[in-house]
Amino acid sequence: MNDRIGDPLTRVDGPAKVTGRAPYAAEFEVPNLCHAVMVRSTVPAGAIASIDSAAVKRMPGVLLVMTHENAPKLPKEGRGAVNPPAGREVSLLQEATVRYNGEPIAVVVAETLEQATEAAAALLVSYGPADAVLDFEKSKQKLEPAKMTRGEPQKKWGDAQAALASAAVKIDRVYRTPFEFHNPMEPHGTIAHWKGDELTLYDATQYVDGVRNTVSKTLGIAPEKVRVVCQYTGGGFGCKGSTWSHVMLCAMAAKKAGRPVKLILQRPQMFGPVGARPITEQHLVLGARRDGKLVAVRDEIVTPTSIFENWAEPAGQPVHSLYAYPNGATDQKVSRMNIGTPTFMRAPGECTGTFALESAMDELAYALDMDPLQLRLINHADVDPSNGKPWSSKKLRECYEDAARRFGWSKRNPKPGSMREGNWLVGWGMATATYPAHRMEAKASATLNADGTYLIRSGTQDLGTGTYTICSQVAAETLGVDVRKIRFELGDTRYPKAPVSGGSMTAASVGPAVRAACLALKDKMAKGGKAPLTAEGKAEGPPQDEAQQKYAERSFGALFGEVRIDADLGMIRVPRVVATYSVGRVLNAKTGKSQFEGGIVWGIGQALMEEGVLDKRTGRVVNGNLAEYHVPVNADVGSIEVAWVEENDTEFNDLGARGIGEIGITGVAAMIANAVYHATGKRIRDLPITLDKLL
Amino acid sequence: MRAFDYTEARSVDEALAAIGPDAKFLAGGTNLVDLMKGDVEQPMKLIGINSLKLTDIAPTASGGVRIGAMVRNSDCAAHPLIRERYPLLSQALLAGASPQLRNMASMGGNLLQRTRCYYFYDAAFDRCNKRKPGSGCAAREGFNRIHAILGASEQCVATHPSDMAVAMAALDAVVEVRGRDGERRIPMAEFHRLPGDTPQRDTTLEPGELIVAIELPAASGLAQRSQYLKVRDRASYAFALVSVACALEMDGGAVKDARLALGGVAHKPWRALDAERGLVGSKLDAAAIDRAAQACVAGAQPLQDNAFKVELAKRTVARALRTVGGVA
Repeated sequence: MNDRIGDPLTRVDGPAKVTGRAPYAAEFEVPNLCHAVMVRSTVPAGAIASIDSAAVKRMPGVLLVMTHENAPKLPKEGRGAVNPPAGREVSLLQEATVRYNGEPIAVVVAETLEQATEAAAALLVSYGPADAVLDFEKSKQKLEPAKMTRGEPQKKWGDAQAALASAAVKIDRVYRTPFEFHNPMEPHGTIAHWKGDELTLYDATQYVDGVRNTVSKTLGIAPEKVRVVCQYTGGGFGCKGSTWSHVMLCAMAAKKAGRPVKLILQRPQMFGPVGARPITEQHLVLGARRDGKLVAVRDEIVTPTSIFENWAEPAGQPVHSLYAYPNGATDQKVSRMNIGTPTFMRAPGECTGTFALESAMDELAYALDMDPLQLRLINHADVDPSNGKPWSSKKLRECYEDAARRFGWSKRNPKPGSMREGNWLVGWGMATATYPAHRMEAKASATLNADGTYLIRSGTQDLGTGTYTICSQVAAETLGVDVRKIRFELGDTRYPKAPVSGGSMTAASVGPAVRAACLALKDKMAKGGKAPLTAEGKAEGPPQDEAQQKYAERSFGALFGEVRIDADLGMIRVPRVVATYSVGRVLNAKTGKSQFEGGIVWGIGQALMEEGVLDKRTGRVVNGNLAEYHVPVNADVGSIEVAWVEENDTEFNDLGARGIGEIGITGVAAMIANAVYHATGKRIRDLPITLDKLL
Repeated sequence: MRAFDYTEARSVDEALAAIGPDAKFLAGGTNLVDLMKGDVEQPMKLIGINSLKLTDIAPTASGGVRIGAMVRNSDCAAHPLIRERYPLLSQALLAGASPQLRNMASMGGNLLQRTRCYYFYDAAFDRCNKRKPGSGCAAREGFNRIHAILGASEQCVATHPSDMAVAMAALDAVVEVRGRDGERRIPMAEFHRLPGDTPQRDTTLEPGELIVAIELPAASGLAQRSQYLKVRDRASYAFALVSVACALEMDGGAVKDARLALGGVAHKPWRALDAERGLVGSKLDAAAIDRAAQACVAGAQPLQDNAFKVELAKRTVARALRTVGGVA
C-alpha cells in the first residue's frame, strides 16, 4: 500500500482530471449564462477621451458594455479591500484614467463568447495625451523606499563600509533579472452568479477565502453573502494569490446584466493585469578574507513597481539568511513605471536574490582560487544570521555532500573552458537553494459517514501540487484506515477556513489541520460517538510576536548541474541537474518529486529564456503570448535527479514538514550561470542567458 | 475575431469560383486562425480546402518530385521519396513548429505563413505597414531582436518565419498556382517578395490564386550532402533566429554544386547566390568557407537589437558547410 505519509501515492484526483470530470472554474454549468470579454487599454497613460459604447451595444447578441461611464460606483472608489496579499489596487472602471498599457478599461457582455469577443474588439476608444515612464533605466532617476511584503527595506549591522574597504578580496557587481510572467496553463477566469443579494463565484484562485473577503469589501456586501468555489486550479505560481480586476468586474457585470456571467482572460491579457515578477537590479558587494570567510556584504536593490501600488520583489532576503557576515548594509528601493503592478511569483525574493548572491559567491570562489563548494561550507550559517536564532532543522551540509557525490563534483577541473567535447563547451556549476518555511492558521473538518468512509474538508486549494493527495494520506494515517476510505474536499468558502496557497504553506498549514481534525474525530469515536459524526481541527499559525518565535524556519538545497554550449553558435543545453533538499518531511515522494522537478524546469527557463519585453514607446509587452514568450519545452530539459535528506522538523509543525512548492526554482539560474562561466569564461549577470550574449 | 461565413470547396474549380476580395482559403489553419483571433486577419468568408485532392507526392518524369499543396507537413517530412531525394526538405520541415502543428499544416499554407513580427501580431500597435498599409513601422525603432538584417526597407523589417520555405529556396522549387485565368509556375526565388514599399504583400501570388502543388527539380547530386541548421532560443518549438539550408555536390576535392539559403534574416528565404558561385569549382577549405560565410551576409544592415544575427549567420553558414563538406 502506498497510503502512509511519505509514500509515493499516485494523485487521488488524477482519474477525474484525465477523464475530464474535474471541473475547473470556467467549466461549471450555470443556467442562463452569458459571456464577458475584458477590453484593455492600448496606451500606457492618459485619460479616456471617448469610448463608443453605443455602436458596440447595437452589435448582435450584446447585452452590456460596461465602462467607467456606467459601471456601478463602488464604496471607497473600489479600494475598500486594498490589503495585500489578497486585496490589491485594481482597475474597476471607477475613473477615466489609464495607468498602464493593457489595463482593463471595459467589459463587453454578450449571449455567446464569439459575440462578446467580436464586440470587444470593435470598441473604439480614444485617449488624451499623457507622459508615461516606460524605461526602467529612466525610472531609476526617482527612487522610493520599498514597501515590503516580507523583511525590512533597509538593514545595517556592523560597519559594512569599513569592512569592505579593508577586505582582502572584494566582489562588486550588478546583477539583473527581467520581467517574467507566470503563465499557468489555466488562464484566470471567473463565473459570477447572483441570486438576489447572494453571490456565488467560481474562480480560478489560490485563495478562496481571500477572494470572498476582497469581493465583499470591494463591492460593499457582507462576506457571508459571498461564496467562492474553486475545486481545481490549473497552476497559480503566485498570480492567482491576489484577487485581480477581472473577478470584481465579472461580479459587477453579472449584477448589471442581471444574468450569470463568465469572464475568462485571454492569454495575452495575462501579461499585465494579473501581475508579473518585476525587473530586479541588484548591486551586490561581498568582502572576504583570503581564507574565504565573508566579512561584509552590501546589497542595493531596485525593482520597478506600478505608478499606483508600491510592491517590491524582496530580492534581498537570501543575503540576510544564507551566510553570516559580521558587517552588512542592505537597501531596497522601488522605481515607478506605467506597468501593471508586479506580484508574488514562485519563490518571490529568493528566486531573484539567489541568482545574484549565488553568482557572486561563484565569482568570489574564482577570485580566491577556491572550490565554490568549499567556499559555501566555510560560510555555512549554523544559526540564522538575520536574527541569531537556531534553525528548527537544517541539513544543508548533508545536501551539499549528497548532491556533490551523486553529481561527481570532485572530478571537476575548475579552469574555465577546460572541458570541451567537440563543438560543445562543457561547464559544471553549483549553487545553493533556499526558501523560508511558512505556515498560517488553518482549519479542517473530519466526518465519519454511516458507510464507514470519511469525508475531510478544508477551504484550501490544490494548484495541481497534490493537496488532495497529501491531505488524504495524512487523514488515512491519522485515522489508521485505507486511503480509499477517505474523501477529501477543498476549494469552497463553506468549508473550514484555510490560508492562501502561496508561500509554500499549504501542506505545512492544512496538513496539520487535517491531522488535528482526524484526531478530534477519533477522540469522539473513542467516546462512543456514532456516524454521522463530525469533528473540527485547527492548526495554529506562528506566534504574532516574533520574539515568541523560538526557531528560525527555512528550507535549503544544493544544486549541481552541467551545461553544454555550442562553441560557435552559442546554443545552450542543460543535460543534467542533480539536487538534494533539506525541507523537513516530504509528505508524498511522488508529488514532492514533481514539485522539485517543476521548480528546476522553471529555473532553466528563467536562466535561459524567460523575458517579458516592454515596448519603450507604448509600454505594451511586445512578446505577450506563448509563441514569443519562451518557457522550456521538453527538448530543453535533460536529466533531473532530485533527492532529499531524511528529516522530520517537528519543531516547525506536527507533521515535521516544511513546504516545498517554491524552493525548486531557487538557485537554478545561478547554478546555470556559474556553469556557463565554467564552460566559456563568460560571466553573464543579466538574465536570461540567451545565445547572443555568448557569441 | 469577427464573424465570418464558411463554405467548403469540393474541387479546385469550386474553390476558385468561391474566392473573392474579402475571402481567404482555409487549409490547416495553424496560422490563419491565430491571426483571426488576434484581429490581424479579418476575412468575411473562409473557403475550406481541406477536402481538395491535392495530397499526392509523386515522382516527375525529369527525376524530381511533385508535392500536392494539401499534403500535411508531417506526411511530407516522412515520405520515402522526400527522405531519399531531398533530406534537406525533410529536416527543415521537422525543424518547424510542433508535431501537432505539422500534422495540420499544409505544404501550400506553410509557404504563406505570415511574419512573427511582434508589431504585426498585436493589433494594439497602431503602426504596422504590413497590417495597416501606410501606418508606419513600429519595429524599425522598436524591439527588433528577431528582425531582418538583409533586404529590409524603411517600411518593413519583418522576416519570413518558415523553415520549409528556406529548404525549398535552396532546392529551386517551383510553386504551381491556379487562378480563374489558368495556371502559373512561380520559381521559389520569385514567390516571396522583399518588402519595399508594399510590405502588405508577402508573395507574388495574385488575388484569387490557389497554390496547387510544389515541384522540386531533380537534385540527386545534392542529396548526400545537405543539412538544415536552425539556431533558435530554445531547443524546439521556436522560430529561427538564423537558419541555413546547405547542400553540396562534390567532385573529388572540389565543389561542383552548392546551395545556400538563409532563414530568419529577411522578408523572404534568402538565397545566397554569390556565396554559392564563390564555392563552385573551389576546394572546400577554411578560406573558402570563410569567404562563403562572408558573402552570405554581404550588405547586411542590422538594427538596434539584432546586430548579433550578422555574426551568427556567418557562423551558422560556416558550421553547415564544414558539417556537410566533412571539413574538420
